[in-house]
Amino acid sequence: MARSWATKPHIGLWAIGFWVVLAALPLIGFVSDSPSFDYYLFMGQSMLIYAIAVLGLNLLIGFNGQISLGHSAFFAVGAYAAAILMVHASVPYWLAIPLAGIVCFGAGFLFGFPALKLEGHYLALATFTLAIAVPQLLKHKSIAGWTGGVGGVLLDKPDPPSFLPLSVDQFLYYVCLIVAMALFWIVFNLLRGRSGRAMMAIRDHAMAAGTMGIDTALYKTMTFGVSAAITGMAGALSAITVAYVAPDSFTLQLSISFLVGLVVGGIASLPGCLIGGAFIVLVQNSSQSISDWMKDAFSLRYDVPAWAIYGTLLLLLMFFLPNGLAGGIAAIRGLLSRVTQKT
Amino acid sequence: MIRRRTALLSAAAATFAGSARAEKKYGPGVTDTEIKIGQTMPYSGNASAYGVAGRLHAAYFRMLNETQGGINGRKINFISLDDGYSPPKTMELTRQLVERDQVLLMFYPLGTQTNTAIHKYMNQKKVPHLFLATGASKWGDPKNFPWTMGWQPDYHTECKIFAKHIVANHKDAKIAILRQNDDMGNDYLSGFKEGLGAGWEKMIVADATYEVTDPTVDSQILQLKNSGATLFMNITTPKFSAQSIKKVAEIGWKPVHYLVSVGASVGAVMRPAGIENAQGIITAQFAKDVTDPRWANAPDYLEWKAFMDKWNPTANQLEGSNVSSYISVHGLVHVLKACGDDLTRENIMRQAANIKDLEIPLLLPGIKVNTSPTNFYPIRAEQLARFEGDHWTLFGDLISADAG
Repeated sequence: MARSWATKPHIGLWAIGFWVVLAALPLIGFVSDSPSFDYYLFMGQSMLIYAIAVLGLNLLIGFNGQISLGHSAFFAVGAYAAAILMVHASVPYWLAIPLAGIVCFGAGFLFGFPALKLEGHYLALATFTLAIAVPQLLKHKSIAGWTGGVGGVLLDKPDPPSFLPLSVDQFLYYVCLIVAMALFWIVFNLLRGRSGRAMMAIRDHAMAAGTMGIDTALYKTMTFGVSAAITGMAGALSAITVAYVAPDSFTLQLSISFLVGLVVGGIASLPGCLIGGAFIVLVQNSSQSISDWMKDAFSLRYDVPAWAIYGTLLLLLMFFLPNGLAGGIAAIRGLLSRVTQKT
Repeated sequence: MIRRRTALLSAAAATFAGSARAEKKYGPGVTDTEIKIGQTMPYSGNASAYGVAGRLHAAYFRMLNETQGGINGRKINFISLDDGYSPPKTMELTRQLVERDQVLLMFYPLGTQTNTAIHKYMNQKKVPHLFLATGASKWGDPKNFPWTMGWQPDYHTECKIFAKHIVANHKDAKIAILRQNDDMGNDYLSGFKEGLGAGWEKMIVADATYEVTDPTVDSQILQLKNSGATLFMNITTPKFSAQSIKKVAEIGWKPVHYLVSVGASVGAVMRPAGIENAQGIITAQFAKDVTDPRWANAPDYLEWKAFMDKWNPTANQLEGSNVSSYISVHGLVHVLKACGDDLTRENIMRQAANIKDLEIPLLLPGIKVNTSPTNFYPIRAEQLARFEGDHWTLFGDLISADAG
């Protein structure tokens, strides 16, 4: 498979244009007085947060070939780290986000060591236990003073700085966007360099990579750490935008959502992460709308389960676009260029 | 002269007409033909069993719309969304309902953590957050959260009632507690200790917890029995209530057994646990137990049964949620009717905080719903009941506890 996207000449222009559009969206708020605008911005925040979480997971699965079902745990640790720092240590939000990343890097790096012994589905199972255990550990008595036990931690949304004429939601959207841009930029550069090539070499053939002199153990644990850090920062952002963290927020379901976002967006694709993030937020909501619509349109007496519709959508998508939406877009572009060359 | 008088008259008429029209005041989500109401409910996920409540509400509003044309001529547009019991999802969906769909109010959103996530938001936005489906004791705080109102007797109060009964009847009991390790378990425990009063440490000889994701509580029950306890305070949710009742009987432990109302469903707990194992267990109730033959001819029971058969035919009628959610929907309908044509959010809260001696079908005789601007706990009384034969039998008087 061609991995040349990173070296294509116009990729930078495309990316910049795309981010500029994302950055301009909240400005609509100044001309529109729709009361639901803040809600759409909140959805935008969620999409960016999920996109960052999927980015972290993609680095691990897509580019390094290690499967994780436990990224909800790192998301939780990041969210709690940020919440605890902000509430108990009065750390400002902009510092809490990278600090949460560092905490998660530590957690991911340490977990990466035992994970080294495990491959493929064994690793999936080990990380699965992480996703199950962390929400319960968060409730544990010994740390309940900080985590609030089952009650969770309530925090205050940061106010926009007074020199910016932004609403809270506009401001938080920009916070998410800036973090997302920074992380995508870092990952983009990481993948283009030596480390990225090493990661992908390990994914493609670990033994060959080792023979070439790559320290596979170090790269694998480092990738685990960086991946956890990125997902953890997404968790920190989620704590800030929802202004509440609680153990029930970080179930296995969340890990599965990340995985779905990753596969739907496109494995080993950076734009795919953004698509995946949007998919997680939009499709769950729209399957509920489709269910309501079906009930009205066919005047059914019973609800059509929204999750069945979600599943059907997912199946159709995997059937027609096995490489994810990003892969699908690339395929269509390839088809178009072939057609235009012929004519 | 005549001219002047007619002018005056017409001016007066116009003023009256004007004031008559002004009485029709609408908040967001209300038109001459519709009232929009929002709800979040766990239809999927760990707590999906509770989704029963939202389905009953939807069926009830459908019945109201089709048989009575809604409330005061306005049909109810009820939007109940699945939050999967996840607080961030609840936040997202609540914002969708409030900001995009423009609902007038949020009714009976289920769960303690989920409601905690939106508590501040609802009050900042000044949207009525009414009759929450959670027994935590923090929802009746009109001073700090004037837009939020609970509904059922809170866990804290209920366990205080048990404790008072234990102190009065089993003074020398050695108490063993089994509780779910979450907010419900903690709330119950704090009320229990408060009710026992000073010296509770001596009475409680064992306190075991389990996680809602645990497969069984067998080992906890053995541990509690081995502590030598003579009284078992069972603070569990239905699946674990059934398991614990069965296990207690299996190992031949014969404690005085108190079971919290959350786990006291006949259909979901007592029958699966074995009727013979459940004899003599004590619980507290505020609603009529629909399996109790004493209500078989009560008009409110027959009305409920007819409604369930016709409008909610797929529901399991033995499930307790079908009763409690039926009661809660009557509370909301009362508030909406009381508002008349002044359907602003302010008036919703004013009416919700001025319920006087409201009697609701399926509440135990004597329990009346009362609220005031300083009392945001609508239902405050319960009665103890003992499991006899295949149903709960009430005994003693209504016990109304001061909440908080």
